[in-house]
Amino acid sequence: MEPFRTLTSIAAPLDRANVDTDQIIPKQFLKRIERTGYGEFLFFDWRKNAAGQPDSTFVLNDPRYNGAQILIAGKNFACGSSREHAAWALSNYGFRVVIAPSFADIFFSNAGKNGIVLVRLSEEQVNKLLNNAKTLANYQLTVSLEEQTVTDSLGFTASFEIDPFRKFCLIEGLDDIGLTLRHEAALDAFEAKHDQAGWLKAK
Amino acid sequence: MKSPMSSAPKTLFEKVWEQHVVVAPAGEPTVLYIDLQLLHEVTSPQAFEGLRLAGRKVRRPDRCIATVDHNVPTTIEGRIKIVDQIAAKQISTLRKNCADFGIELFDVDSPDQGIVHIIGPELGLTKPGMTIVCGDSHTATHGAFGALAFGMGTSEVEHVLATQTLPQSKPKTFRITVEGELPRGVTAKDIILAIIGQIGTDGATGCVIEYAGSAIRALSMEGRMTICNMSIEAGARAGMIAPDEVTYAYLKGRRYSPKGAAWDEAVAEWSKLPTDPGARFDRELVIDASELVPYVSWGTSPGMVAPITATVPDPAAASNEQERKGFERALDYMGIKAGTPLDAILIDRVFIGSCTNGRIEDMRAAARIAAGYKVSSHVSAMVVPGSQAVKKQAEAEGLDRIFKEAGFEWREPGCSMCLAMNPDVLSPGERCASTSNRNFEGRQGRGGRTHLVSPEMAAAAAIAGHFVDIRTWEVKR
Repeated sequence: MEPFRTLTSIAAPLDRANVDTDQIIPKQFLKRIERTGYGEFLFFDWRKNAAGQPDSTFVLNDPRYNGAQILIAGKNFACGSSREHAAWALSNYGFRVVIAPSFADIFFSNAGKNGIVLVRLSEEQVNKLLNNAKTLANYQLTVSLEEQTVTDSLGFTASFEIDPFRKFCLIEGLDDIGLTLRHEAALDAFEAKHDQAGWLKAK
Repeated sequence: MKSPMSSAPKTLFEKVWEQHVVVAPAGEPTVLYIDLQLLHEVTSPQAFEGLRLAGRKVRRPDRCIATVDHNVPTTIEGRIKIVDQIAAKQISTLRKNCADFGIELFDVDSPDQGIVHIIGPELGLTKPGMTIVCGDSHTATHGAFGALAFGMGTSEVEHVLATQTLPQSKPKTFRITVEGELPRGVTAKDIILAIIGQIGTDGATGCVIEYAGSAIRALSMEGRMTICNMSIEAGARAGMIAPDEVTYAYLKGRRYSPKGAAWDEAVAEWSKLPTDPGARFDRELVIDASELVPYVSWGTSPGMVAPITATVPDPAAASNEQERKGFERALDYMGIKAGTPLDAILIDRVFIGSCTNGRIEDMRAAARIAAGYKVSSHVSAMVVPGSQAVKKQAEAEGLDRIFKEAGFEWREPGCSMCLAMNPDVLSPGERCASTSNRNFEGRQGRGGRTHLVSPEMAAAAAIAGHFVDIRTWEVKR
């Protein structure tokens, strides 16, 4: 996982609430067995029309947002299916940060495992950023994970909350399994005792 | 270890959680022990690949089972040779992974194959008090037994394979009490659609819901599973229902249920799980069951539901600008106009099945409505049992004959058109009455339009060719 400290980038506005993971990565791309290569399929049904041609009205097809690494979206972002392919697609496409008023729980976890920083701001703040990104040319945001702030060059400043442990893992780019295995002795002891509870046996 | 807190009243969730805490380091997520991991072909390949790359093994193959459900075709011919080479490779990859790592697999030709959330309970793998995970958001289904069951991503699948644990922040608790008697024609599906319509698709984000109350107690295990299944559509981490005599009667004698003295011991432990009187929840909601009606979803989010007697809502009635735009977009996608009576909406397809409504009781309910009728000439309808066991039971009861006589297709088990990762797909513009769980844009096929309903409502819609109020239906046999 790539460590994250601070990022300044163009911000792409996706002014929709309840964007679900079926939209982020449609099911036909879930049959692959690889972890990479999903970027070109991100928001596939919105980026391409039924004939497979780019839909010029969709935000990511607007050349103004080429190279954007920050996505701004409405509340309850990435609800629905647990597919981590949604996080892989966002990350493969180049997004390192999503800013929204709220995120669905499973995606919240999946994003963290892929080095994507999720920034929760108020609806009012997000609406302001959406509006700026839509109307101002070359609108850039700076997200500092260390400072827990989002700023622009026009004087916008917002701070955001993040769980300290999640922040630590994102900054260090840490592998989860390795972290858990620090507790292997405790796990061995717990498991030996837990296995005695016949009623909690799977089989 | 005794502490002054140990005698404080606890919720069902807290009891299950505490039983599984391996270690709770200060300032970090709790490491939670996982009793059972369910695996399927779509969200597992990258997890096994990760294990191989790191030289790790599966810690407890005996606490894992796997099946194929998402990709498999639901016709016999389709299953003999899967023509979609990418899907076929995903299935053969699961086969190899299970063989290499020693995990029991219920393959496409197994008499126990089926949708992962249907076979877990059927085999007696799902039991009260357990922690159960799967790389699938509808894992909440298993909470109907008083298990703590939740969906997760593929990195977490790998984490559980390697460590049999998962780091978790403790969720909040939310009790939804449904009191009173359900009116005739109103089902478990309608209870959960009503809840989602009321609290919204992010109404329970960060929470584990406990469903309680006399209307929940009165449900069969099948109905309870339908409700817990769609907890994720309300944004919840998991849904749970306290185990009781209905739960024990369902579990007794199943393959992996405890037997003999172990059964009595298990029942004694399970009986301690229900929420203690006086236990506190972070949130509470009470719903009067007698006021519920059959529901139909009209938009592209499971929160966009309305009573069958209502009309399609007007975006002007939305509470804010973003919601208004969402409504307009949904109506445009769905190809319907505000003010249209829901029972005037014509349909092209019907899908009865899925982990929400693909169990034997759902088959019986739909067959009861369909018996003696014919599917409308402009509708194509299919019934997809959730597992081989459901299919066998339904055939033993003659339900397949009722469906076929009425003009429904009777298929092989799988996820089918719930997510359309297999040959069962809507064509652009087609409108479907579906017993599944999601009506997102393109969920059942690009441009497809999904309306979520109960199995009874879906069967009636197939026959009438449009939605009908099931409370007015004349049952013929």
